[in-house]
Amino acid sequence: MQNATVKAATYNDTVVRQFAIMAVVWGVVGTLMGVIVASQLVWPELNLGLPFTSFGRLRPLHTNAVIFAFGGCALFATSYYVVQRTCQTRLFSDKLSSFTFWGWQAVIVAAAISLPMGYTQGKEYGELEWPIDILIALVWISYAVNFFGTIGIRKVKHIYVANWFYGAFILAVALLHIVESAAIPAGYMKSYSAYAGVQDAMVQWWYGHNAVGFFLTAGFLGMMYYFVPKQAERPVYSYSLSIVHFWALIFTYMWAGPHHLHYTALPDWTQSLGMVLSLILFAPSWGGMINGIMTLSGAWHKLRTDPILRFLIVSLSFYGMSTFEGPMMAIKTVNALSHYTDWTVGHVHSGALGWVGFVSIGSLYFLIPRLFGQKQMYSVKAIEVHFWMATVGVVLYIAALWISGVMEGLMWRAINPDGTLAYTFVESVKAKFPYYFTRALGGFLYMSGLALMLWNTIKTATNGKAVAVEVPSAVAHA
Amino acid sequence: MDINVLRIFFTVLSFVLFVAIMVWAWRNRNSAQFKDAQHLPFDQD
Repeated sequence: MQNATVKAATYNDTVVRQFAIMAVVWGVVGTLMGVIVASQLVWPELNLGLPFTSFGRLRPLHTNAVIFAFGGCALFATSYYVVQRTCQTRLFSDKLSSFTFWGWQAVIVAAAISLPMGYTQGKEYGELEWPIDILIALVWISYAVNFFGTIGIRKVKHIYVANWFYGAFILAVALLHIVESAAIPAGYMKSYSAYAGVQDAMVQWWYGHNAVGFFLTAGFLGMMYYFVPKQAERPVYSYSLSIVHFWALIFTYMWAGPHHLHYTALPDWTQSLGMVLSLILFAPSWGGMINGIMTLSGAWHKLRTDPILRFLIVSLSFYGMSTFEGPMMAIKTVNALSHYTDWTVGHVHSGALGWVGFVSIGSLYFLIPRLFGQKQMYSVKAIEVHFWMATVGVVLYIAALWISGVMEGLMWRAINPDGTLAYTFVESVKAKFPYYFTRALGGFLYMSGLALMLWNTIKTATNGKAVAVEVPSAVAHA
Repeated sequence: MDINVLRIFFTVLSFVLFVAIMVWAWRNRNSAQFKDAQHLPFDQD
């Protein structure tokens, strides 16, 4: 009885701690996989001639590890933290919280085993075979029940904007995952897609782009709307804008997928619709970015001394950059040059390393010391070093792939006066060598930064101890 | 009724709804309520 009273009055930070630590661990593992595949592109012999270390199997392992393991754990950790603090109540269910943690780790381990073994549905970002898909669905539904259940028992009337973004992310990903994964099993680790032909392609990129829009954007915007104001110690610039930002994203993102299928068998009108909606998407993206950056208005000097704030604000600069670049690349004539080149890969990484990575790292640096009863991380100097390693890493990475991508795009379309191709394909591959090297170097720097963060995290955790934070009683009983 | 009429109707409805949300969000009347909402993350720790 006594125990129950105590439990009801504290936040469930155990699950937040678990996810936060694993986010850092998977961040190192996922980017290490990235460095390995990037190095294989420079030195192909690094595939060791073995099937399970070949590029085709390790590349999906890299993408799954960074998106779902690193990004996913960071989203679980921050959403569980934010929803409790802004609803001023303990999480809806401790059992569901624990199930989402262990279930999600089981999904990650299953991916790390099955992908190198060659089990795949062959759908980008949806590679995992059907038994793992079912486990993902179970974990996700538990997550939704737990998150919305917490909103349901909140002690404050208003639902803070960050929770709207997290909620949209959870709902949309449930829908996307279930539709994308519809398949007919043909063995315990083999299945065929429920869709055929161009419909299959459209479902794939409806899913693929909304994985970017809802997994890699909406959830991280939830992070932005909580952790940027907290670290800057100022409320968000405009709450009205945040509401418009939310609904504008919701109304437009779902339609942008066809820009992945320009000049394919997809009907022309669908391609044009995808292009126009992608262009419109520029407005809410920049509205949100401005809202985040302007939160710092009047406190810019803090950037000089606070490396955590720098991570958060630079993440928004990368968000602005990649959400400008994205709509431009969705224009069909630009896409005619950029598609299938390294430009696309560079674009994705400016969003993934720059925006998603930086905002997660900043939020985790805010979170981790508080979860272990500390005022700040074990070494603030190490955060500073991490910031510069990560920044230089991203810049090297994306600059290299811009050059390489535009170059190969131009080489592929160059023709001689008699109409024959000016370059063979392998010539374009050969020309990319120095840029592939620079990209691998940038990725290595970024990964090393995360390794430094892991050291800092372990030090912070072992120097502090897990504390149960009480729900403020004055508010709790109000 | 042709399904396309329904699709057009839904698209136009969504747009009108969005405009209505914008008008609502920027109405002065709500600004006091939003001021409180803005401070939610600071109501503790």
